[in-house]
Amino acid sequence: MRYLPLTDNDRKEMLRFIGVDSVDDFFRDVPNEAKLGGKIADVADHLGELEVERHLAKLSRKNRTASEGPFFIGCGAYKHHVPASVDQVIQRSEFLTTYTPYQPEIAQGTLQTLFEFQTQVAALMAMDVANSSMYDGSTACAEAALMAVRITKRDKVVLSGGLHPYYISATRLLCEAQGIEVIEMEASVDGENDLIGQLDEKTACVVAQSPNFFGTVTDLTSSSEAAHRVGALLVSGFTETVSMGLVMPPGEMGADIAFAEGQSIGIALNFGGPYVGLFAAKSKYLRQMPGRLCGETTDSDGNRGFVLTLSTREQHIRRGKATSNICTNAGLCSLAFTAHMTLLGDKGLTRLSQLNHEKAYNLADALSGLEGVDIITPRYFNEFAFRTPNNAVEVIEKLSAKGILGGVPASRMVKGKKFADVIISAVTECTTAEDIETFVESLKEILR
Amino acid sequence: MKIDENSEFSVDDSEKIVSLPLGTVSGSRGLLQREDLIFEIGTTEQTGVDLSEPEISTDRLGGVRRRKSCGLPGLSEPQTLRHYIRLSQRNYAIDLGVFPLGSCTMKHNPRLNEKMARLSGFADIHPLQPQATVQGALEVISELAEILKKLTGMPAIAMSPKAGAHGELCGMLAIRSALRERGELERRKRVLVPSSAHGTNPATATQCGFVIDEISADGKGRVDMDDFDRKLEFSEDIAGIMLTNPNTCGLFEPDIIEIADKIHIAGGYFYCDGANFNALVGRVRPGDLGIDAMHINLHKTFSTPHGGGGPGAGPTVLSEALAAYAPIPGIEKTRSGFGLVEDCTGSMSKSLGRMAAFHGQMGMFVRALSYILSHGADGLKQVSEDAVLNANYLLAKLKSEMSPAFNGYCMHEALFSDSFIAEDIETFDLAKGLIDEGYHPMTVYFPLAVHGAMLIEPTETESKAELDRFCSALKSVAKRARSGDTTLKSSPYLAPIRRLDETTAARKPKLRWSDDGD
Repeated sequence: MRYLPLTDNDRKEMLRFIGVDSVDDFFRDVPNEAKLGGKIADVADHLGELEVERHLAKLSRKNRTASEGPFFIGCGAYKHHVPASVDQVIQRSEFLTTYTPYQPEIAQGTLQTLFEFQTQVAALMAMDVANSSMYDGSTACAEAALMAVRITKRDKVVLSGGLHPYYISATRLLCEAQGIEVIEMEASVDGENDLIGQLDEKTACVVAQSPNFFGTVTDLTSSSEAAHRVGALLVSGFTETVSMGLVMPPGEMGADIAFAEGQSIGIALNFGGPYVGLFAAKSKYLRQMPGRLCGETTDSDGNRGFVLTLSTREQHIRRGKATSNICTNAGLCSLAFTAHMTLLGDKGLTRLSQLNHEKAYNLADALSGLEGVDIITPRYFNEFAFRTPNNAVEVIEKLSAKGILGGVPASRMVKGKKFADVIISAVTECTTAEDIETFVESLKEILR
Repeated sequence: MKIDENSEFSVDDSEKIVSLPLGTVSGSRGLLQREDLIFEIGTTEQTGVDLSEPEISTDRLGGVRRRKSCGLPGLSEPQTLRHYIRLSQRNYAIDLGVFPLGSCTMKHNPRLNEKMARLSGFADIHPLQPQATVQGALEVISELAEILKKLTGMPAIAMSPKAGAHGELCGMLAIRSALRERGELERRKRVLVPSSAHGTNPATATQCGFVIDEISADGKGRVDMDDFDRKLEFSEDIAGIMLTNPNTCGLFEPDIIEIADKIHIAGGYFYCDGANFNALVGRVRPGDLGIDAMHINLHKTFSTPHGGGGPGAGPTVLSEALAAYAPIPGIEKTRSGFGLVEDCTGSMSKSLGRMAAFHGQMGMFVRALSYILSHGADGLKQVSEDAVLNANYLLAKLKSEMSPAFNGYCMHEALFSDSFIAEDIETFDLAKGLIDEGYHPMTVYFPLAVHGAMLIEPTETESKAELDRFCSALKSVAKRARSGDTTLKSSPYLAPIRRLDETTAARKPKLRWSDDGD
């Protein structure tokens, strides 16, 4: 057994030292009816490294990768290029195989990177403070709504019609478990535009997204002003972090709490996880924030150092009265994020953002030449929705048969006839001119 | 440290010198290089990526354009690598030595797992691709799900929870759904939680709208059955119990089947916190103990890396009574292959709903499956046996110098109280002293039930020789703590940085860098 260092002789010697005959003595509190005679049934015995590798490699080959052909899927996860050095950094043993930095004197590596991460996230979102990550964007969104409820001591949450449907589900679930009323607005491409009518004196917050699920970018300034007039908060987020090089960030629109999916920076698609949730807020709400926070301090010699701080908000201290039950966050993914962001810098991010936007131009222009295709997203960054004359699920299936992953049929996530013919497609810097040409030509054939 | 006034060096920015017994001009010492923040090293003009020049200068953002750039600095690739490698050298890690954090199960992270998770067929697939193009991924999730069900002896499993605490949420929301279906949610609000529980338990129950009722521990660190019975005398409002087994004192709850029976008779459900499953895996199936739900921390028992605080993964097994309420998505085997159930319809019409975007922590699933296949049924049984043997070996070796919290053997972790420590010294000081000996300290001040607690979990991936070295180091520090050696109060001396002021950090939070000079 290659992962187990004890030899049979070691085991014998250790048992003798302890003064027992067998390890069974340690398990004697286990009730007899739960004692197994031998090994767990129906689970095969151990395999060598080669055999495990063969088995998993075979399963991996049953999947079509995003790099195998033209690829236009987004809706909350995006295929971006990740520099090789990012993966090298996160594979460093000292980062990979360490724990939450509970002993700061021997965890300054993790802590300094978290401090840098928090600074980067706050700057990207134009917010005052960020935490050291959440599980993913959807759970960050749900926690943001709960935080707004704690701050305002009100129990009604309004979710925009442009919010990612999975984010809506995750938020609704957590809110309803606590008896919070959730108003879910009808799904709509321009869903961020009619939030103001939903606000009243009982509203804790409106939760909006830009770029939203359909790719629409919206200036939420008037929504935040309207929310603040009735004592409510604006919670605002996005799922495509690369957009922050060009698109107006939550803080510039008056958001009180911001959430996002950070996968686009540094993290592979991974079939949906693990990703990294970004979470930020105005500093006056700091003590209601969920999740871990890293802060600067000094050591006993006066040197700068970093520690986890404000833990009296957290479950391990506050238990039933904690701001959240979150314990583990997305540590290594936040490291990947911050390493990639460090490589980019403002200059790299801005350019990356422009390239993504440019590809969206190219795709939109190519698609708009097709008979019956109607782009319905009014203002977009690198993702937009369009109608086709045919059923969107069938179109996507036919494209897939031609080796093209053309986007997501909106009906996979948004129910109702209204979206049966809508496809949501995304581009990134990885998209080539040939990809776009193949996509559009194939779509043309399918729609003929 | 401040430079000695008699030093021959003159240093302008002595504030920035890292902690060293000897001041140096560079701020570095030997292999330990000084490293400032990226905001102090980089500039907004610098970048470590080469991207082509955009061809267009207009935009289609309808005026929703960023007004002020983010102002973040970039670094070239060599600077970037140096930055992170230098910082990495300030971290302790399992690959460096024993990482005895009780309740955290810091075991070896096999590199095969990392290699497998990076296969492009797993890493480079999108969660919303047509299902026909991701059959291998769905098969991995399904294969892992089936094995986890067998290892726990449970009939159903939810794969989507993203960490242990998220799995707790899954289990408690399933209990909530079951109570609602019975029409009893309004009156069944009380959840029993032992005082020794992980903080996540009460936090999760509260987050689900339940009310906590704490059960006390008996003199042996287990559930006080008299108190438990008293709490059940009025049972109309009982929703369930959340119990860790082995418990956080490292002891198996001998009355667990009686507890399960009684909570069921009272009309409640049994949530088992699976944080300590490493003590049982391959040898005892929690399903045989009468539980209704349990999360499995893949980053503990199944060796996926802790990564400095995540990402985790918390698949949650469910009993027949709760199976119908599992969150979406689910995975079904059909004639044409594997399929995702993404809506609360059909077989999942009673589902509690969706807990998060997409289908769970796929990257962690691949790693955990790689680990499980590598061990097999025979190896996993050896895992729990060696984990428990190693803990008892430590307990036996340390009990002469330290004070075990309870008599008798332990399971996978050994718990000590601070009663052996001299008055002026605290558990905290002992922990910092252990850092100077080159080890990461054990879990301290948890569980709360034991004064000045020290919880030591060696795991099965430590050799006898490593354990012996660790014990002699720990015993020497324990001896100093026992004798009242006040030099411990200023330890660590030899870490990359001296003892940090956590009080000021909390009183005047500085949570991001700024160039305002403070």
